[in-house]
Amino acid sequence: MSMRFVSTILTGVLAAGAVSGGAPRAGSAPAPSAAVVKGTVKVQGAVPKATRIDMSQDPKCSPGHPGGVMTDDIVADGSSGLEDAIVYVSQGLGDAKFEPPKEAAVIEQKGCMYKPHVVAVRANQELKVVNSDTTTHNIHPAPNNNRESNQTQPPGAPLSMTFAREEIAIPVKCNIHPWMHSYIAVFKHPYFAVTGKDGSFEIGNLPPGSYTITAWHGKLGTTIQKITVGESETKTIEFVLKAQAGS
Amino acid sequence: MRTKNISTNCVVLLALLFSSVTSFAQQSHIGKLTGNAKQGKALYRRYCIFCHGPYGDGTGENAPYMDPKPRDFTKATFKCRSTPSGSLPLDSDLYDTISRGVHSSGMPSWRPLTRQQRADLVAYVKSFSSRFEEEKPGAALEIPPAPPNSAESAKHGAELFESMNCWSCHGKEGRGNGPNARTLTDSKGYPIVPPDLTSGMHFKCGDSDQAMFRDLMTGLDGTPMPSFSDAVKPAEAWDLVHYVETLHLNAKKGILVKAEPKGE
Repeated sequence: MSMRFVSTILTGVLAAGAVSGGAPRAGSAPAPSAAVVKGTVKVQGAVPKATRIDMSQDPKCSPGHPGGVMTDDIVADGSSGLEDAIVYVSQGLGDAKFEPPKEAAVIEQKGCMYKPHVVAVRANQELKVVNSDTTTHNIHPAPNNNRESNQTQPPGAPLSMTFAREEIAIPVKCNIHPWMHSYIAVFKHPYFAVTGKDGSFEIGNLPPGSYTITAWHGKLGTTIQKITVGESETKTIEFVLKAQAGS
Repeated sequence: MRTKNISTNCVVLLALLFSSVTSFAQQSHIGKLTGNAKQGKALYRRYCIFCHGPYGDGTGENAPYMDPKPRDFTKATFKCRSTPSGSLPLDSDLYDTISRGVHSSGMPSWRPLTRQQRADLVAYVKSFSSRFEEEKPGAALEIPPAPPNSAESAKHGAELFESMNCWSCHGKEGRGNGPNARTLTDSKGYPIVPPDLTSGMHFKCGDSDQAMFRDLMTGLDGTPMPSFSDAVKPAEAWDLVHYVETLHLNAKKGILVKAEPKGE
């Protein structure tokens, strides 16, 4: 069987499965029977104190931070809600295929920090890299399962990248400003969420079934829960990641 | 008797078909040379295995004692490329690296091997990563003819050295002592230092004007040195090359041209 034949079949299957607009197989609007998993990710134990970042080596970085800027490796609110954790379906989807969305995800370099600190994209989805600073950056993802690249980006220059394979998550750094760190998580399916300031997340449009849900954080590791959701069910779960002194 | 013959023929035919399919994926093409992974394997096991290891992952028995570490071919990430950052190198890029060696590392020049043997090694090195079967190398960088080196050009290069933040690793005077020099790691997490551009040392991927232009534009993948192909125009890249050459030259004469920072 020739490769062309296989790819023709695959393209046919994908085209039939995905609705234009790049939504999951169920279609762009949530199916009436779709389930929702939501909740919070909390951190337990002593969270290491954020430290002030010394940006003095590049004076073009500091105008964005008149009061100085603190590290954002582990950010938790007053009730231990953990920001910038990723919650995603790690098992239970079988080998379902999903087309990447047409619209691009964005990661911005502003005041010599990455916004957001964690960005989640789909495999082969365009990730726009924006340099809003007046200084030159380089964006250097160090993946295990995708292509490593390292591009210089002067102020305002357009740049975008894609990642072909799932990887949670790719550490990203700027070698010019060594305090700049972020993560790019790449998913082959649309069932993931990055937690907000209060540690909350919501994964919607999930077909009923049994799943393993994983919560991931760049510094605090991962934890999993197995759940089963029925038709139109909304399930609330809570994850706890342990912070250890010095982590 | 007859059926046996037919089935034997079938087996032979299938084997031929299969070997021709696999060997096509494991060939290299450098100019008129065609390298073959099968011959390359024998050479690899004789010359390369001690550092790069039997599985090509850079964990040969000498590897623990080496700095920088031998290349991990399973990642298909190569420093010396004429293709864009993140893409596969050309066969000729790998051939050139094997021939030239990598300065400031344990990788020697393999010019003592015949050209055919080096081409065979390229084919075998490619067989360690399936990426060479799945993807094509990126488009080769076009290197326009070098404009004449002038004080004007070098001076503009010095300005770019400042505005492109080259100094943050390479140092304001190109001595490899920028504020970030001690924070740098390669993609395996091992410490790596930027070269002292004033020392007159050899560059990793060759010293010619064209090699410097290429390395600046495509970056050295696996190291902190980024690609500038989307950041500077070819003429500006030549200005940078000319500036770096003045650092080299002046190191020999014992004088140093300092990059004059603008603004600030």
